[in-house]
Order: sequence, then structure tokens, then C-alpha cells
Amino acid sequence: MKTESVLEKVLASGNLAVTSECGPPRGTNAEIIKAKGELLKGKVDAVNVTDNQTAMVRMSSFAANVFLKQAGLNPILQMVTRDRNRLAMQADILGAYAHGINTMLCLSGDHPSFGDHPMAANVHDIDSVQFIQMVKKMRDEGKFQGGADIDNPPKMFIGAAANPFADPFELRVARLAKKVAAGVDFIQTQCIYNLDKFEKWMEGVRARGLHEKCYILAGVTPMKSAGMARYMKNKVPGMDVPDEVVKRMAGVPKEKMADEGIDICVESIQRLKEVEGVAGFHIMAIEWEKKVPEIVERAGLLPRPTVS
Amino acid sequence: MITAERKPLEELIEYVRPYDRILLVGCNECVTVCAAGGRKEVGLLASALKMAFAKEGKTIDIKELTLERQCDPEYIEELVPHIEDVDAVMSMACGCGVQEIAKRFKNIPVFPAVNTKFMGASEQQGIWAERCQGCGDCLLGLTGGICPIARCSKHLMNGPCGGSTNGKCEISPDVDCVWQLIWDRLKALGMEDRYEEIIPAKDWRTAGGGGPRKIIREDLAE
Ligand code: SF4
Ligand code: SF4
Repeated sequence: MKTESVLEKVLASGNLAVTSECGPPRGTNAEIIKAKGELLKGKVDAVNVTDNQTAMVRMSSFAANVFLKQAGLNPILQMVTRDRNRLAMQADILGAYAHGINTMLCLSGDHPSFGDHPMAANVHDIDSVQFIQMVKKMRDEGKFQGGADIDNPPKMFIGAAANPFADPFELRVARLAKKVAAGVDFIQTQCIYNLDKFEKWMEGVRARGLHEKCYILAGVTPMKSAGMARYMKNKVPGMDVPDEVVKRMAGVPKEKMADEGIDICVESIQRLKEVEGVAGFHIMAIEWEKKVPEIVERAGLLPRPTVS
Repeated sequence: MITAERKPLEELIEYVRPYDRILLVGCNECVTVCAAGGRKEVGLLASALKMAFAKEGKTIDIKELTLERQCDPEYIEELVPHIEDVDAVMSMACGCGVQEIAKRFKNIPVFPAVNTKFMGASEQQGIWAERCQGCGDCLLGLTGGICPIARCSKHLMNGPCGGSTNGKCEISPDVDCVWQLIWDRLKALGMEDRYEEIIPAKDWRTAGGGGPRKIIREDLAE
């Protein structure tokens, strides 16, 4: 075991892991994050906390991680390279680890032009692959990126994202291979709606044995409405929502759409369970955390294993 | 070349409003090529300023001059005979030229007439695009001759990110995803293997992170 991460232990035990995510509040009300944590407690193994997602300012992932940790959950520190240089990133990793946070997700982040501060400087001192290398060096060599020794190095279980649906498709396995070579431990994928394409990607992943070098958690997001399905299809870069999914959502009366979305999500998990190399699920219920327990239950993923 | 665009006339009017005699200086290099501050643009701006002030009932004396290069002290000397007769200088060169004038003439205010944009190339008539950020440690040898620093919206040295769609960048369908371009080119060259070599974190000192940059060529410096 490389770390004390509960997620690592669940994955190593051979159980399908379940993670979810929380967006911190756009303000200082800690009760919001605590309430989201309560909804997820005992239902998932770990909870990602987003870092200024879609380039909108929110309470820091670090601070919200601490609230979840205090509430007895296993938070995952998401961090984007967009907002901080390597000094600030390493400083937050030290601080988070000192607070008992031992799992993180290394991302580049959405471009500032998507958010509410399009005028902000775009830092990108390092990219997500170099970010993985940095956290691994901190953990395994006990050294800062700049080379100096760390007193009591942070032992982070290192995650990253992969999007099998972005272009060029033929590079998507190779990009994962780069993250694996950099030292990633687990991967959470972009939301999967096009299962055929995901399975094709996984074939490429297996052909190179990458599923044996990192744990792959398949990402799913329940749709609330046909409008959301259309929005994700047309407006979110790198998102692949097939027509039949939009049609299925649009084919039920308005008041039934949310249920239909949950059904699709549960059915996707059932099918993905059969895909060799899928080590678990990352359920991103965007501002809909209260539905996660139902999804986990119906997908047959409860109870969560206890590990020590 | 260094590209530039002329500032809005209203901004330029406010710069020169307090003065009666202006020296308007163009540059024969990059800003001529990108049609922002060459001899022709000097003439056009001089007329526009005169007309704008004439409407307000003010006459302004504008002397026009275009130097071979404004980023070179040798050519700046050519301004000496004219500088005595003016209250202010407006430069149509890039920021380098403006600063050379400011350095040479301590007692005369100098104002920029253009916004200096980027180092780029001409894509077609009237369209210029960024190509290089002068990072001081060129990676083009690793990336098929296409720059991920200047042309990836996130400076990804190991892209593409998850937002690349149909060859376009996540920020806009009008922007090419540079990692698609790099990949296409590596493929065309039969150099696909190169893609999987991780480009390590960059040392930004050469890109300006180490403070203002300077080149000293011992063999040439006196
Ligand atoms: S790698 Fe650096 S020097 Fe080379 S083209 Fe890009 S910005 Fe310019
Ligand atoms: S889409 Fe391509 S160019 Fe745009 S940020 Fe991502 S990798 Fe860079």
C-alpha cells in the first residue's frame, strides 16, 4: 500500500470502489458542504471536492475537504493547474496532508473563459502530467519539485482524469499511458453516455495493460432533464451524449424525466460493471447529491466495504 | 514578426490633447508588415488627429517621420534634429520602439499609438496569428515544429486536454487545438513515438520568470 487512503484500500481489496463529488458553495456557508457530506456518508468510499469548477470562484477545495474530513468522510482534494503555480500547489498539498487528506486528483481545469473571471491570468505553470510527476516525487522521493527535501513527506494517493470522448480518439489511450508513466494511481473518467465508445477505449487500455497499472473509475452523471441532456451534448466540450440518450430523456413527460435520468445512470453502471478493467465508479450528480444514495443502492453497490 | 494594432483614435486624442506640436514616428519593420505603424499608417493617423482637433477648433502641428527601425539606438538618433521643435512624441512602433525613444529623450513625453500584440505570422491577407511566446528554451524540436506554449490555451506540454473537439480548442470553434495539429504532424512524419515522451515541467526563468531577460554575446559586445 502506498498510502493510508481508504480509496486505495478499497481498490486494493478488489471491491468495486465508489466515489462521488461535491461542489463547494459560492460563499462562506460551511453548512452547505456539511449537508452534502451528510447525504453521502457511508454511501461512497470517497468524495471529490471540486476546485473552482468551470472556472467559477467557490470555497477552496482544501477548506471544504477539511469540513468533510471532520465529518468523518474521505475527501479527495481536486486541484487544477489553472489557478496556482507549483509553489502554491505544493504548499496546499502539505497543508491538506497535515489535515489528514491523503487522496487527490490532479487536473488542468477548465479554461477561465468558461467562468465568471475570464479576465484572470491563466497560470498553467505545469500541466496535469507534470503535476502527477510532482506529487509522486513528493511522496516517493520525499522531495519538492525543486529538489529540496520535505520533512514528513505527504503520501498522496494520486488521481487524474481521462476523457475517452475527446479528440483525437486515437490519442486517448496514449494520453492515459503518459499519465500512467508519470505515476498516476487512479483515474476518474469523464461522464460516460456513449458506452460503446467507452468500451472501445477500454479495449485499447487493456491492450496496453494500463488497467493493471492504475485503477479506472468509470464516471457517470445522472441527467435531470432533456434540456440538460441537450446542453451537455451541444455545449460542453469533450462530452459525448448520443442522440438516443437525448431522445429517451425527451420521450418521457416532464415530471418523469428525473427518474428516467436516474434509470439511465443505474443501467449504465450495470453494463459498465461487466467491462474488464473498470475498478469502480465515480458518480457526479451535479448539484443533485441527494440522489447518489439511491443510485448506489439500485446499482447494487451497497453496503460499502469496511477497510482498515 | 511582432504584431500590433492601432489603438482607438479616442485614446490617442486624449494622449496628445495637452500638446500643440507632435512628432509622429512610424517604424519600417514589423509594424509596417502588419499594417499598424508604417509610413502609410503614420500618414493616416496624422490626418485623423488633425481632423479630430480641427472639429474642436484646435490646430495641431504633426510632424511625420518613419524610421528604418525603432528598436535600434542608431536609428533613434535620426530623431535628434526634430525633437527640439515638438512638445511630445507619439510612436507607432511596438513597445520596444516606444521605450527606445523614451530612453533617448529624457525631457519629452512619448506615447504609444499601437497595442503590441504577439509574435506571429500572417495566416492570410489581413489575418495574423500567434506562433511563439519567446519562452527562451524552444520545444519545437519535440513537438513537430508546432508550439504548445503559444498555441495551446493552457500551455499544455503533454496535451491534448479533455476539451479538444473535432480539431478545435475547447475555448472556441475558431481556435485550432494545437495538440491535434501536433499529433497530425507527428503522424505524417512517422514520429508517433515521440508523443509518449513526457515533456518535463518547464523552467520558466528563460521565459521571463527569472526577471527581465538579456542576451550578451561576448564575441560581439564591446
Ligand atoms: S517553444 Fe518557446 S521559443 Fe519555441 S516557439 Fe514556443 S514559445 Fe517560442
Ligand atoms: S483543446 Fe487543445 S489547444 Fe485547447 S486547451 Fe486543450 S489541448 Fe490546448
